[in-house]
Amino acid sequence: MEQTNETQEKKIERIPRIGEPAPQFEAVTTQGNIKLEDFKGSWLILFSHPADFTPVCTTEFIGFAQIHPQLKEMNCELMGLSIDSVYSHIAWARNVEEKLGQKLTFPIIADLNKEVASKYGMIMPGESKTETSRCVFVIDDKQILRAMIYYPLTTGRNMDEILRLIQALQTTDEHGVATPANWRPGDKVIVPPPNTQEMAEERVKDTKFECKDWYFCKKELRRK
Amino acid sequence: MACVNPDGTITESAKALLRIIENPKTPVEISKQLGQPLFKIRSSLREMVSANLVKEEGDRYKISEKGKEKI
Repeated sequence: MEQTNETQEKKIERIPRIGEPAPQFEAVTTQGNIKLEDFKGSWLILFSHPADFTPVCTTEFIGFAQIHPQLKEMNCELMGLSIDSVYSHIAWARNVEEKLGQKLTFPIIADLNKEVASKYGMIMPGESKTETSRCVFVIDDKQILRAMIYYPLTTGRNMDEILRLIQALQTTDEHGVATPANWRPGDKVIVPPPNTQEMAEERVKDTKFECKDWYFCKKELRRK
Repeated sequence: MACVNPDGTITESAKALLRIIENPKTPVEISKQLGQPLFKIRSSLREMVSANLVKEEGDRYKISEKGKEKI
């Protein structure tokens, strides 16, 4: 029995990995009790912040709220999390709207028992044992974890990069391509490299592609 | 969209949801009709089923007699 408990504890502490099903949970939020499975069919950015009523977090929440309409257009929802009570979240959201003029339109998890934070490895004990670091988990419409970003307590996240990441992942899914460094929608995309010599020879002759060499070919995406 | 207040009364958004499910609807249909995200509708329906305000009929949801008394 003791061994089982130990195994379960280790399982909970394991940080999830890209490509795996996102760990399921049910949580108290500023918009009622929400289960992760409620988001099936849409993408989700689940992000954590260290604490309510702190300056860097406030700038980030304003940033997340500002990109929320663009995310919704991409069928992507947002949900925040910190180890604070739902009353603290409500008070902070009201304060941000009153003092800074930004309404927070997405739910925020009140993870007082650290259940969700533990499942997702949001607490970095080297930084703080009582606060979640600045984590971002991109979960796709099939509830697979597709990307993770971890920032330390001191450094606010880049909203533009978060938008770009969703655009890149959805482009990959839609067109079966990869995206190069600093890719932006409208830029050329990377064609997956050929797996055989024959395919490599055909690839370099194919005029549809702009090839530097057989393994490094780009193409334009047709606009819809 | 938490629906049921601690005193048993329900929120305006919950009333709006109850009003459109006289005829059974799926969560997707409700989401489209109310213009609310699907995750909120699923969460609200779960809460209202648990409070006996809504009945499940396969993959559709319908207002209950108790729900009718609340709107």
